[in-house]
Amino acid sequence: MQLKNENEALILAPLKKLSTGDKLLWSFLGGLLLLGLIAYIRQLVLGLGVTGMNRPVYWGVYITNFVFFIGLAHSGTFISAILRVAGQSWRAPLTRAAEAITLFSLPFGAAAILADMGRPDRIFNILFFGRYQSPLLWDFTAVGLYFLSSVIFMYFSLLPDIALVRDRLKGQIPQWRQRMYEILALGWSGRPEQFRRLEKVLDGMAIFMTMLVVTVHTVVSWVFGMTLQPGWHTALIGPFFLLGAILSGTAAVVIVLALLRRVYGLQKSLPLSLFNSLRKLLITFTLGWLYMMIAEYLTGSYGNMVEEMRVIQDKFSGQYALMFWGMAILVFGVPLLIFILRGKNSIGWMVAASVMINIGMWLERYIVIVPTEVSPRLFYELAQGVYRPTWTEMVMTVSFFAGMALLYAVFTRLFPIIPIWETAQNLHALSIPQANQVASEEPAVELSGD
Amino acid sequence: MPRWGMVIDLDKCFACQSCTAACRMENNTPVAGPNQAAAGRAILWNEVLPFIEGEYPNVQAVMLPRPCMHCDEPACIKVCPVQATYKDEEGLVLIDYQRCIGCRMCTVACPYSVRYFNWYPPEWPASLKQHLNPDPEVAPRPAGVVEKCTFCVQRLRKARQTAEAQGRPFQATDYIPACVQTCTGHARYFGDLDDPNSLVAKLSHSPRAYRLQEELGTQPKVFYLKQG
Repeated sequence: MQLKNENEALILAPLKKLSTGDKLLWSFLGGLLLLGLIAYIRQLVLGLGVTGMNRPVYWGVYITNFVFFIGLAHSGTFISAILRVAGQSWRAPLTRAAEAITLFSLPFGAAAILADMGRPDRIFNILFFGRYQSPLLWDFTAVGLYFLSSVIFMYFSLLPDIALVRDRLKGQIPQWRQRMYEILALGWSGRPEQFRRLEKVLDGMAIFMTMLVVTVHTVVSWVFGMTLQPGWHTALIGPFFLLGAILSGTAAVVIVLALLRRVYGLQKSLPLSLFNSLRKLLITFTLGWLYMMIAEYLTGSYGNMVEEMRVIQDKFSGQYALMFWGMAILVFGVPLLIFILRGKNSIGWMVAASVMINIGMWLERYIVIVPTEVSPRLFYELAQGVYRPTWTEMVMTVSFFAGMALLYAVFTRLFPIIPIWETAQNLHALSIPQANQVASEEPAVELSGD
Repeated sequence: MPRWGMVIDLDKCFACQSCTAACRMENNTPVAGPNQAAAGRAILWNEVLPFIEGEYPNVQAVMLPRPCMHCDEPACIKVCPVQATYKDEEGLVLIDYQRCIGCRMCTVACPYSVRYFNWYPPEWPASLKQHLNPDPEVAPRPAGVVEKCTFCVQRLRKARQTAEAQGRPFQATDYIPACVQTCTGHARYFGDLDDPNSLVAKLSHSPRAYRLQEELGTQPKVFYLKQG
């Protein structure tokens, strides 16, 4: 039996031909990436002094980017793993688009760490001398494991589609790509047994990935939470980071879906109803974020401890007030209003709110990291630290985003961005053949009502 | 095995900064220059912090010399991912400059901000460069690693060697860091905290004795004798 998907031609269309727009976009993004590389090499040669970091602000924009990109990566796993476990079948068309965000933002989270290291040439010391007492090693392990399992999870779910591309696009694509699909398909032939096994593996992995997704961003937050610094040393920092990650990740999915729909004309495969489902999720997450925010800052300010208050006041009414309240408006205030009042059936508004959330979430990461460092325990009475990011840090940040977009854009031209097999009309019949056989062998009197 | 500790009498300290200067010459800390120092990039293993309390005319100034606290429960060591920073058997918190990956987790974790990062390769004005301490143990650190006060651990090794050459047992009083040796007001004391008869052990039990941020449970081995 063959997969039947009425949108197949539509989904495969982007794979057939490269447009001039693609080439322009790719070279533009590639140029930005190159610029970042140049900035990085300059920093390697001259030293980390070319950044705005200093004592006491030892971590700045790089670590902000690290936290942000790992957070963005939570989109894919949330959509494809958590919603799979929860049996939300509406997620099927957007799983791959979301997983691709995971896959392509993780490397830039890792790159941000590399950029921040004083001695990147000694990175392998972590393998040789690593010790698990350090939260940083928890991070390396969690992010590494996360990347590895995301690659495997996505590759497995790509298998039937790679095979389909191999069979359907024969002769329409260059020889090297045909070869690539043949190798990558691992001889997938689409037998019902294969589908059954694939579903089983994906279901099993989804449970593992769900645990991993909770772990990863909690561990990321513990790099801060395990220190004794005011504003960081709170038990809520883990769940707060996790929720923020899922919020920004889901918002990123909205942006990407809208772009794909528009650029590749996938309106039929990515119906408006998807956006409405995401809208409900996003409303929940923004409210959850507000809850965390209140819990965190009410506890801190009610306690009125000297060092804590120094940081909180800096955010509420001090030098970071503009950024702090701006962040609150961008992540929570305006988006929630948009979601509730305008978001329904309007992709434009949904995208606007999602962009705001992601800008706000980047600011949130920054606002968690820098104000605490500016007022360290011993010094807060003496003077405050100052941190101004330099152009090196800005260029690198831009290049991280460009790099992620580039990988994504190239990916959409090489692989179907909507899972053809998962959205196929006859998938159910294909993947549970035993049940079908049993049903057809038995006198189907009582089953006919199902 | 001695457990090295320091006592600083704030009544005797008059903030002459000779400890800071002696430390610099002994340990070859690079000169950041005025611009970099203003940007928070100066490397001062020993620093004299001015805490000004109250408002004019009722002002009290406390000048607080701050070396590394060499905590018994150091927050920095726990977080190092490669064990580049460690506590030796005699309680000194040290750094392996060849192993440090420059992640700066320890600098962030230290509640006393005693750890410094080499933002640039180390530099000295030509006139100073001729007078660097030739001891290989304090050879200038490369860019990209963290450094901090070691209680002049190289002097400990030298004191042991001298004692051995003279054919006598090593005594705790043979070893003192440069800041203690140079202190103009004799405000600093150094020795073995585990020896109940040592001066530092006695002073550390003085009713005037306190430690910085004791509530954090880091168990610093630098004691201050309260001013006033």
